[in-house]
This record gives sequence, structure tokens and C-alpha cells, in this order.
Amino acid sequence: MSKAKQVLLNPIFNDNPIALQILGICSALAVTGTLYITLIMCVALTAVVTLSNFFVSLIRNHIPTNIRIIVQISIIATLVMLVDEVLQAYDYESSKTLSVFVGLIVTNCIVMGRAEAFAMKNGPIMSAIDGFGNGLGYSIILIVIAVIREFVGAGTFYGIEIMSLTTNGGWYLANNFFLTPASSFFIIGFTIWALRQWKTDQIEEPEFKISKNSLEAKETSV
Amino acid sequence: MNNDTIRKTLIVAISLCLVCSALISFSAVELRDLQEANKTLDKQTKILSAAGLLVDDKEVSSLFNSIEIKIVNLETGLFDSSISIEDFDESSFSRNPNTSIELNSVTDIALLKRRENFQSIYLHYDNEDLNAIILPVRGYGLWGTMKGYLALESDLQTIIGLEFFDHKETPGLGGEIVNPRWKAIWKGKEVYSDTGDVVISVIKGSVDKRNEKAKYQVDGLSGATITSNGVTNLLSFWLGEMGYGPLIKQIRSMESVDV
Repeated sequence: MSKAKQVLLNPIFNDNPIALQILGICSALAVTGTLYITLIMCVALTAVVTLSNFFVSLIRNHIPTNIRIIVQISIIATLVMLVDEVLQAYDYESSKTLSVFVGLIVTNCIVMGRAEAFAMKNGPIMSAIDGFGNGLGYSIILIVIAVIREFVGAGTFYGIEIMSLTTNGGWYLANNFFLTPASSFFIIGFTIWALRQWKTDQIEEPEFKISKNSLEAKETSV
Repeated sequence: MNNDTIRKTLIVAISLCLVCSALISFSAVELRDLQEANKTLDKQTKILSAAGLLVDDKEVSSLFNSIEIKIVNLETGLFDSSISIEDFDESSFSRNPNTSIELNSVTDIALLKRRENFQSIYLHYDNEDLNAIILPVRGYGLWGTMKGYLALESDLQTIIGLEFFDHKETPGLGGEIVNPRWKAIWKGKEVYSDTGDVVISVIKGSVDKRNEKAKYQVDGLSGATITSNGVTNLLSFWLGEMGYGPLIKQIRSMESVDV
């Protein structure tokens, strides 16, 4: 596998920003209520992380070490404001619901993380590919969560009614829990579990082990 | 060249700021017209939708031509032509102490803190006859202010529709205030009792159709009692003495003169 392909595809399953690096969870909770909004958010984040990686990498050899985080944030914030402006101009309806979260892309750990970990050390083209790959990895997990939440919580898929709700005179009593952001925690947890069952090398060594003595102590007391 | 000298740090910081701000300003200026057009279109759509005038195959801006906008003085209930429609801005008027009043704990049922002295209202005429009157309303729900339009028939008693265009209620629970099915219940409900009090309310559970008060009641949203109460409160406020009460009295007295 060529390096570019590896950089692009690795973040999707092997080194997923949400499932393995556990970054960007906040927006995975907040914007996954309906699939349409999620897709807009994924496009926005992928665009921002790709471009921010590109520009940070472009000037990486001129960034003074002591203000490098500020420089990265300025670039990211500029891109985020641009995305927000474009959204308000071309998709006003979703910008009304998304506007707060688009603003919060600035604080999305994936964008900062990739700028600091990858773009500061690699060339612009490779960094852009890495950003795009991470954007895709983020998008895949978000889409999975959004499909489940929208289906169970509202009985729809991409706004199309699959199960008719009791509130609309149908048979399906919507599970309101899935409309609250907290349900994403469970879905993300199960997604991570499923991914690690498939790719067993992602399973982490437990940080703590119950020491031999305490186990023995328990046994003798019983 | 060493990147960490004070000189280089300053050069990088300043040039980055200049480039970024230039980009932002450029995009803001370039896209402003489109954004403004979107905002206006959204507002017009919601106003038309509240009055049930939205037709699928017709363009919103041409439908909106049939709507007349008036500025009304909420103290007296009279139309006020001294303020132009372009100059009227609800949020700045309601913050400015010269153009608003502070509400006390008794009058502030919709939790607004201040109320502007002027409001822009929308009138729809059908061959010279008043067909619908659309009133901007707002009030506090569970998480934030719910803003919407209430459309009344020319009798100023029967509701045509209630449409919220901005709210922060929980999706699926309080957020159901924009559900078309729930909105449809409002049509035909009446707002004032025989004695002139505002009696329209969102009740808990569903309305018993046999009850004589049924025409003043709307089914509550399950799991969203605070939002439902918020809707009741904002209607009580805006249709009452502190809201459009004086205006409605004025229009009624004008009509009785005509007859």
C-alpha cells in the first residue's frame, strides 16, 4: 500500500479518530439527532480539517514554537468562520440548527490533534490527505450513530418515514431516549466494542490489574 | 533563520492575523446579500405559513406582496407611521430603555424582562376585506425564548395558525411545537372568552371534545409540560393588556364604526 493510500485509509477503521483516538466525542453527541444535520456537519468538519492541515503544513517551517498553538487555532478559526458564512448563505435552514456546533469545530480535538500531530511534521499534500482521511473516519462513526438515533428515536431514515409514529397516527411509539445526546454514549461504546472485536489489535492492555495477593486474599476469606 | 526570535514571532503573528481577517471580511461582504435574502425569505415563509397562505407552487416573495406591514404602538394600540418598517428592529427596540418598558413579576408572565413599545404586525387583505392578522409573539420555554407568529382571523378571535421560527426546545419533546400535526390542532381554536379574558391554553393530556371549553384548549405535548406552559403563557401575555390587547380593542372599535 502506498503511503498516501495508507494515510488516507488508516483513519477510517484502523486508527479511527473517534473509536480509537477517542477524539471529537462532543460533537458526536450533539449533532447526531438527524442524519441530514449530521451529513452537513461531516462535510463541514472534513473540509475544515483537510484545509487546516494543508495550511498549517504549508507554513510549518515558519511557525515559531512558542506561538504554534495560537497560529494553528487562528487558521482553524478562520476556516470555521468561512464555513459558517457559506452555510448561512447557501443552506440557511440547517445553519440555524448547526450554527453553534459549526462554531465549536474550532474546539474539536480532531482538528487540533491532526494539525499538531501530523501537519507540523509532514508536507502540505500529505497533510491534506491525512486531514481528509480523518474527516472520513469521523464521518463514518457519526453517520452510524445518526442512522441508529434517527431510526429508533423518530422512526425515519434521512427524513423518510420508515415506521409510522403514534404521534402521527401510526403504530410505532418513538423511543425518546434516542433523541437525547446521552444515547450517543451507548452507541459509540457499542461501536467501539464491535470495531475491536473485528480488529483485535486495537484492544488495549488494561492499565491496572488486580494483584495476585488480593485475589488470593479473597479466595481465602471465602 | 531562527523561528523563535521576537522579530520572527511578531512577523508571523501579525501577517497571519492580516491574512485571516482579510479572508473573513471578504467572505462576509461577498455573502451578505445572499444571507440577508435567506433571512427575509425565511421570515416571510413563516408569516405566510402561520396564516395558512403558503402555496407550494408559488414563490414566497410574490405571495408576500399581498401582506401589508404596519408598525403598531403597543401602549395605545394605534398604528404608528413615524417609524419606518426598515428602521424597526425588535431586539434593539426591546433593549433600549427609551423604546421599551420593564415588566414586573405580575405582568411578565412570558418571562421577557422587557417589552418593546412598538411591534410590526402583518395584515392580509382579500379584496379590501381584512382576512388575517399576523402577530409576532415570543416567550420563554424550557431552554430559551420561543419566537413565532400567531395568525388570527378577521374576527380577532379565531386562530388560523401558530408558527414558531426560532426555539431551543428539546428535539422530539418540546421541539414538537413545530410538528405539522400539532400545529394543525390550533386552527379554529378561540382565544378570548365571552368576558374578554384570554383563555386559550395548552392543557395537560388531550382535549375532551365534549367539554364546552374545548374550543379554548389545545392538546399538551407529552413529556414537555414546561414548553406547553410556555406556549400558554406567551399567548396570554401577547393577547393580553400588555401585548396586543389595546390594538385588538382599537380594530374592533374601528369596525363597529364602519358598521
